Amino acid sequence: MRALARTEGDIWPQAVALANARLDFIRTNALDETVRRRYATAAPTGLGTRPVRLAILASSTVAHLHAPIRVAGLRRNIWIETYENDYGQYLQELLDPHSALHAFKPNAILFALDARHLAQGIHAALTEADATQALDDAKALILQCWRAARQAFNCPISQQTLLDPFTPLMGSNEHRLPGSRSAFVARLNAALRDMADAEGVDLVALDQAASRDGLPAWHDPALWHRSKQEVSPAAGPAYGEMVARLIAARQGRSYKCLVLDLDNTLWGGVIGDDGMDGIVIGQGSPLGEGFVAVQEYAKELARRGVILAVCSKNDEANAREPFEKHPEMVLRLNDVASFRANWDDKAANIKAIAAELNIGLDALVFLDDNPFERNFVREQLPMVAVPEVSDDPAEVPQVLADAGYFESLAITDEDRERTAQYQENRARDQLRANASDMETYLRGLEMRMVWRRFDKIGLQRIVQLINKTNQFNLTTRRHTEDDVAAIMADPASFGLQLRLLDRFGDNGIIAIVIGRTTSPGIMAIDTWLMSCRVLGRGVEPTTLNLVAAQAKALGATHLIGEYIPTKKNGMVRDHYENLGFAVTSKDQDGRSTATLDLASFTPAPTFIETIEG
Amino acid sequence: MTIPASQEAIYVALTEIFNDVFMRDDMELTPALTAKDVPGWDSFKQIEIMVSVEERFNIKLNTREIDNLKNVGDLADVVAKKTT
Repeated sequence: MRALARTEGDIWPQAVALANARLDFIRTNALDETVRRRYATAAPTGLGTRPVRLAILASSTVAHLHAPIRVAGLRRNIWIETYENDYGQYLQELLDPHSALHAFKPNAILFALDARHLAQGIHAALTEADATQALDDAKALILQCWRAARQAFNCPISQQTLLDPFTPLMGSNEHRLPGSRSAFVARLNAALRDMADAEGVDLVALDQAASRDGLPAWHDPALWHRSKQEVSPAAGPAYGEMVARLIAARQGRSYKCLVLDLDNTLWGGVIGDDGMDGIVIGQGSPLGEGFVAVQEYAKELARRGVILAVCSKNDEANAREPFEKHPEMVLRLNDVASFRANWDDKAANIKAIAAELNIGLDALVFLDDNPFERNFVREQLPMVAVPEVSDDPAEVPQVLADAGYFESLAITDEDRERTAQYQENRARDQLRANASDMETYLRGLEMRMVWRRFDKIGLQRIVQLINKTNQFNLTTRRHTEDDVAAIMADPASFGLQLRLLDRFGDNGIIAIVIGRTTSPGIMAIDTWLMSCRVLGRGVEPTTLNLVAAQAKALGATHLIGEYIPTKKNGMVRDHYENLGFAVTSKDQDGRSTATLDLASFTPAPTFIETIEG
Repeated sequence: MTIPASQEAIYVALTEIFNDVFMRDDMELTPALTAKDVPGWDSFKQIEIMVSVEERFNIKLNTREIDNLKNVGDLADVVAKKTT
């Protein structure tokens, strides 16, 4: 840490690595201070993530939580600036357009309202009706805050649920005392869930964390009396993690794929030595049930959109056999999108898995009981998340959940279908291997591109794609739901969502293009992004045909394409040139613009049928 | 005031904590050292020090004990009392 402070120049990558170590709150503060000193005048650039300006609106002391939140952002390669209101003034600052909060211009808001503040006026002598009225008042205050924040700043809002610091007055049956503060907190926490869903607010579930870790891990009454810290400094790093996971999830930065070892990770024993009847899996033995629980957790993750892959040192036939034939296995081959069982090293196999699934290595979590393999992968592929797990399967699901790799805010139908889509991709690869040339292969796919202007139904998926696509993304401009709504409302702009179907199935929405008229006749392509799943199928020229037609319909004579380089989008550097645009400028950072004269443009031939629908 | 021989180990540990909290590597703790003598030692840092001391020595300092601390010597005394 001290060496980092003395290092010259750009220290961001080393700081990210340090942030990934297990840091206590003192070291978290020290790392934060080092980073902030270095980037005091200008935030680091080219991170490929959206910088966040987070306003923490709190009713008690949160000064000690800024550093943990920023370091948890650093851990995810996200630059976070933080702001907090003057003590107790959260509502005044929210409602006053001339306040320091408004001057800060937040693009994310966290409400940290403590239980003592919200339970003001609750006492044991209240009647049922009074207590319910007080609950309604607290809910109304919170709603007022959310709506005022949304109206003023148009940005994602998160809300921490309440820790319950109150000593019970009744005991186990506290809920029977209408005026119990503890019962009030429980009722408000329950109400917050429905309110948050209705208002599109994300929760930071402190109550859940405290019920798991115990209240003393989160709250120290002596510190409350001393400094009005509701969350104790020792819990700061855990708090920062929870907040930053939501921020990262909003940017689509959660992990996407769980890579599983087999022997002694999914079952007990070694399949190659012990055979089908020797491995331990299933009911009847504590260890066997533990492995079932690991598989069930993986299966549940897959059902809600996490991709599963297998990476094992085994002969492939041996490795597949339990998935095909063992009656106690929960996971089956069709749950696994990429299956690598061979004798190559695991880093090479993990790279192959990422390539096959067309996702970044930094979207992978690798689960393995063997400390040698974990360390090897950490060393070779530091961007892959490798949780430290014990050899007891009973502990594995909780370790995975606690690490928050797969933090998610909402579920779309496509999440549920993802593994099926990857399965279809394998069938396509098979066809490609059989087809003698590319043209025959592409024709054989019977592709249909179904396009639509942006609409309310697709909104969630559109925003998700805009905020998480890194590789095939010309400008990496991140847009919020409200930005997208603004494009929908603008008659001089168009937003296109493209779906690709073929004989193997529906690939879902695979491309987004946004065009804006910047001056009469000039249509600038603000955003062009595509899912890497459909690369190499001639989707790009077909998309350009459509974009050109849309631009012409809005009176454009020229299309302007722009490439803004990031660490991840090198693959589209020459995208516009390849499509026949003329490059008009290129600066030394690699940023370029290109133009296409629509008068002389002739649509490219394509194997894809284009349909509006 | 000099450091009592029996408390040398405590001062070594406290020095580490102070170096971490103030991001330095040259803290020299003496029993007479107070918050006024160290730039940046405010109430925020004070809490960091207390929480770190509690974690490092696996003890809990109560409100009275913290309020009665006037200097590093007092802190070392409380730690010595609670760890023996």
